Amino acid sequence: MIALTRREFHLFQAAGRDFLYLVPSAAVFALDAPTSAVLGAVCEKPLSDEAVVAALAARFDGDAVRTAIRELVDVRAIGYEHQPVEQPPRMLPMMPFPLNTMVLNVTNQCNLACTYCYEYGEDKIVDTEHGKQSKFMSEQTALASVDFLLKESARVAHLTFFGGETLLNFPVLKSTIAYARRRAAEAGKEIDFSLTTNATLLKPEIIEFLAENHVGVTISIDGPREMQDKFRVFHNGAGSYDVVAPKIKELLRVHRTRPIGARVTLTSDTLDITRIYRHLTEEMGFWEVGFAPVTTSPQQQYAIGEHGFDRMLGQFRALAAEFLAHAAVNRHHGFTNVKDTLEEIHKGVSKAYPCGAGLGLLGVSTDGDVALCHRFAGSDAHKFGTVHDGIDRDAQTAFLQQHHINDKTDCQTCWARPLCSGGCYHEAHVRYGTTTRPNLHYCEWIRGWTDTCLQIYGELSERNPDFLARFDREEAKAEAVL
Amino acid sequence: MSHLKALNRKAQRVLEHVQDEKKDVVALQRPPQMAPHFPLGCSLVFSPGWEADSNGGTAGLCQPVERDIFDCHIGCFWPAQVPDQLNHAPDWTAKCASAQKDWRKLDLVFPG
Repeated sequence: MIALTRREFHLFQAAGRDFLYLVPSAAVFALDAPTSAVLGAVCEKPLSDEAVVAALAARFDGDAVRTAIRELVDVRAIGYEHQPVEQPPRMLPMMPFPLNTMVLNVTNQCNLACTYCYEYGEDKIVDTEHGKQSKFMSEQTALASVDFLLKESARVAHLTFFGGETLLNFPVLKSTIAYARRRAAEAGKEIDFSLTTNATLLKPEIIEFLAENHVGVTISIDGPREMQDKFRVFHNGAGSYDVVAPKIKELLRVHRTRPIGARVTLTSDTLDITRIYRHLTEEMGFWEVGFAPVTTSPQQQYAIGEHGFDRMLGQFRALAAEFLAHAAVNRHHGFTNVKDTLEEIHKGVSKAYPCGAGLGLLGVSTDGDVALCHRFAGSDAHKFGTVHDGIDRDAQTAFLQQHHINDKTDCQTCWARPLCSGGCYHEAHVRYGTTTRPNLHYCEWIRGWTDTCLQIYGELSERNPDFLARFDREEAKAEAVL
Repeated sequence: MSHLKALNRKAQRVLEHVQDEKKDVVALQRPPQMAPHFPLGCSLVFSPGWEADSNGGTAGLCQPVERDIFDCHIGCFWPAQVPDQLNHAPDWTAKCASAQKDWRKLDLVFPG
């Protein structure tokens, strides 16, 4: 007997039917009744074609079952026991990989002292008080970085300013944007700008500048007053909510040229996601809100433990259900975590690396060292050259060779690996002391959340497929610019 | 496919691949399209070629004989040996502005 057996996939239900997420191709198929039944039978135990037909004879015609088997074999959802499973090749990206986004750490200083901040605590990457890196990036280094970006990028380049608190170095930011515009025009390339700020230093002339220059703004904020003031405090311990709230409202009123998003750091003490979302969108006026769990060691009291991840998942699901209700009738909903994942599912992203760090994205430290990403800016161990000397291709290639998903043994049995690919390098560095380890502490959460997003994808494919087709249209528009 | 409905873009590509797998084997096929690969300017696609013209000479060819120096190694299934112009011999053709006139200036290149 040549038996059929299951290959790698994740089965999920939405809109009253079964769907298939294939691994590692990341293809999504909707199943009809015979294919669902065939999968159910083969998942229980290996069976020959005819045994499957016999087992399902009461429910389905034999020919229907045979064609269902054929189609499932064709897409590699199931296969014959004796046939080897095709392994995806371990391919490194084509080099030199064009630089798409450069994150400029214009300062490592901050006027807040958020108690959970990795920069001043857990990651020990840069000594912001006595380290060798400058506290502020000089204009000269910033301009050299722009030249570096324009040299390494393809037609479109994104320049992001980051800190510390980015606006502490506003003069350099201002002259850098002017210089970058001029140089990009000379080089025949397009460039756009964005920054992340804690909003404490926003004032009318800065807001006007950001609006005039179409600078995308992300505000780090944790929610209503009691949540914001729990961790996001000044050096004297005073909460920052009352300082930032009026400034953010002013920013949102004046700056209409780019959507402005809030970025929330979640801790075990501030896990009321729906309430945070309501406050930031309805009361504050943000267009979009993104959430991420705090990066820290598990010993910290505010770290999100196992039960915390369960609670967080429950809350994410509640808000995601709201997103679905909005998307089904073409209404905007600003829960970006869902939208970003839906887009990746729609494109069928299957990642060899968890993110673009070290590939299309690089960070630059205050002294002009090029790093894996902004979170590693200033780290000698994660340095990929300097903006003056260019990218250290050997270091970059070595990094990519060491971090390929095929080498993350723990991930090889996980169906969520096409989207997760082991998770954030910086998170792994803080938790396990190395970027090569997958983030095993949040696997359950990742699988739970990916399953939720797949269900929403399935629901939308039935209820409002046009919402998903929008991802194609947006990409066509983006490519038309190229 | 009558039972499976492709939803995302990757599923579309999987289906295309499945359909390609079912096609006949054809000459010069190459994956992943499984469609024949038509070499440029080769006798297989009924180009008169550049070996000899109808009089047995080279004067009446539709393309200069020297073309094979540059074309065979890119477009044709027939492997013409030329130096690696990307890495080891970027200046190999520097003195050869026109292959028809300057082909004698193409230097010998030895593997380094």
